[in-house]
Amino acid sequence: MQYSVGVLLVTFLGSLAALGVFLFSMSRGLFGAGEAAGRVIFADKEIGLVEEPASATAASEDNLQQVMNRTGHTGEFAVLTPEEADERASLDASSRLPVLIALTGSVAWLVIASVFGLMASIKLHAPDWLTEQAWLTFGRIRPAHLNAVAYGWCSLAGLGVAIWLYPRLLRTPLVGSRTAAAGVVLWLIGVTGGIWAILAGRSAGLEWLEFPWQVDIPLFLGGTLVGVALLRTLQRRTVPHLYVSVWYISAGLLWLPVLLIVAKWPGIHFGVQQAAMNWWFGHNVLGLWFTPLGLAAIYYFLPKVLGKPIHSYHLSLVGFWTLAFFYSQVGGHHLIGGPVPGWLITLSIVQSMMMIVPVVAVGINQHRTAYGHLSALRYSPTLRFIVLGGMMYTLASIQGSMQSLRVVNTTTHFTHFTVAHAHLGLYGFFSLVMFGAMYFVMPRVLDWEWPSSKLISWHFWLVMSGFTVYFVGLSIGGWLQGLYMLDASRPFMDSVLVTQPYLVTRTVGGTLMTLGHLVFAAHFAVMLMRRGTKREGAALLRRPVPTLQPAGAGNVSGVSA
Amino acid sequence: MRLRDGEVSVLKLAIGAMLIMAFAAGALVVLPYFTMRGVPAPEGLVAYNEAQLRGRQSYIANGCIYCHSQQPRDPSVAPDMARGWGRPSVPADYVYDKPHLLGTMRTGPDLFNIAVRQPSRDWHLGHLYQPRAYSPGSIMPAYPFLFERKQGASVAGEVTVTLPPAYAREGERIVATQEALDLVEYLLSLNRSYPVVATPTAP
Repeated sequence: MQYSVGVLLVTFLGSLAALGVFLFSMSRGLFGAGEAAGRVIFADKEIGLVEEPASATAASEDNLQQVMNRTGHTGEFAVLTPEEADERASLDASSRLPVLIALTGSVAWLVIASVFGLMASIKLHAPDWLTEQAWLTFGRIRPAHLNAVAYGWCSLAGLGVAIWLYPRLLRTPLVGSRTAAAGVVLWLIGVTGGIWAILAGRSAGLEWLEFPWQVDIPLFLGGTLVGVALLRTLQRRTVPHLYVSVWYISAGLLWLPVLLIVAKWPGIHFGVQQAAMNWWFGHNVLGLWFTPLGLAAIYYFLPKVLGKPIHSYHLSLVGFWTLAFFYSQVGGHHLIGGPVPGWLITLSIVQSMMMIVPVVAVGINQHRTAYGHLSALRYSPTLRFIVLGGMMYTLASIQGSMQSLRVVNTTTHFTHFTVAHAHLGLYGFFSLVMFGAMYFVMPRVLDWEWPSSKLISWHFWLVMSGFTVYFVGLSIGGWLQGLYMLDASRPFMDSVLVTQPYLVTRTVGGTLMTLGHLVFAAHFAVMLMRRGTKREGAALLRRPVPTLQPAGAGNVSGVSA
Repeated sequence: MRLRDGEVSVLKLAIGAMLIMAFAAGALVVLPYFTMRGVPAPEGLVAYNEAQLRGRQSYIANGCIYCHSQQPRDPSVAPDMARGWGRPSVPADYVYDKPHLLGTMRTGPDLFNIAVRQPSRDWHLGHLYQPRAYSPGSIMPAYPFLFERKQGASVAGEVTVTLPPAYAREGERIVATQEALDLVEYLLSLNRSYPVVATPTAP
């Protein structure tokens, strides 16, 4: 007891001290050039010009520009010269092959994962449905869903977007496009093998680590190849500053292999120690892999679409280091009440609360950047997904911190409430951000517009309404389940029965989400085949060169290549 | 790597990121490793035999862990003991568990001491074949693929499942496969009712 309180105090003071040292060193300029770095994602005089390749028509992008002229007029003379436009087009072209493979693969896995998820959901209220085959049993479909989402859809989408961002962020064509493409293909092979293994009953048995170690080898090699290509690009960079998105992506690519090696090292983990390791991994793969990739995308696309630098570049760096430091230690809160040493749990709870620091940093930054331009959401699919995704990042993180508190955790632990929370993070935040990023990236990759703005709307409203139903329903059901389980006067079966209507609700929400994904995938496929009405040539890449005039003058022909 | 004036170097970034990771791994992976490494098995805990290990593998393959935990909590936290799930578990209880199966979900009850509550092999076999025949309202999947449907008289060595009359079909026998028998062997080994020295719990 004494000992644990001591540990608690030391961790807390240690964390505060680390934060203080960091803020001090940053205020002394030890961590970079400050606000100027926030402008490196724009060309010389580009601030004030929107960029939104996903606006289905040129008119829509003009509307977006006008909104920004009205709400965010900088007074600067905004222009992207034809040379700059050409350069950017060639940067985008340099990463075409690996990005195309990664994003196509991710969409395929999104559809497969959705089907698994929906099946698992139905099985919880129709337990005699599809029970004759072993591979269709709930206990295999459910981990297949999780792994297909995490390592198929999310990781591939994140990798694709990261590969695409690097040349732009570093103003250097991707070095080793084929290396990166080979890496992505290896990753795809790994995921396919892993899902097959789970369905065949060869799971390794640890949550988030179900893939047998054999299939982790192609994943590891694939990630390394992508990392090599990105590192070589990094070495040849021509930008004066490293933008914060580069930090996030680079760190994520360094962290993931360490996580995998430690977690998968055969023969060293045992019993309760393995459980501690399991959740160290399980939470870090979220916090140090998906979160950095998602935030990197937000930090690029939000300011880029709006044509306006991020509110505070310094704050984004505070967010980066505090995320790394605090998030990496929160895993133990998954074992509250379990047979693990008290100090480990305490440490994790303290750091879970400290997570509020980076979350607030990101939240303020996003909010202050988008503030006043919310009408722009109407004209930009990218923004719509990214801004909402960013909001859900804040929500999911704050909720996560609260859930780590013992009082709350006692109720939510072991219930569907946790499942709903997980979806707020990986779906509400990460997946929405990836949708937004892909709406921006794909027209650049394919030199082709999204064929239909209607389908984009359908996608958006289906997944948003579906997810709302899913999250609200399952959160209520999970909370009731927890209350009933804690009530010793009720039989356990009551906690099962009380969830039933909410599990059906979840299936309804999940069906809508799956439909949304099918719409998205179909739209993606149509675009891939370069079908659909062709408007104004590849209008979004090469508009007629404008006559130079201030963006504030209602310029409707701002080049945005 | 070239360094520019007033800019954080890529190397510094990488080192910082790695130090932080090492710190976290030290706290959550390495320290628990050394503090729990030497924990001896309690006297009453028997190592799994071959059949039980095969059954444990089946428990993993069919994802029982996604609905069942194996970690009864302290009475001060939750009424696990009152539900008959057993005393709070301690690290020593898990010395033979590779991989660990602590679980994070209780769609169904905790199974750390299921053999104490349900010591009957017949009950487990029938319950696996059709949970709702024994536990109305249960949403546990049925596992018919662990059984064979046969006609005629039973052969020596076969284990026929005795189902409640409402679920039995005329002229059909449900015969447990080896996998079902192993799985039940494993479930029947889940008995941690022996005494242990309580370790200090969290404040």
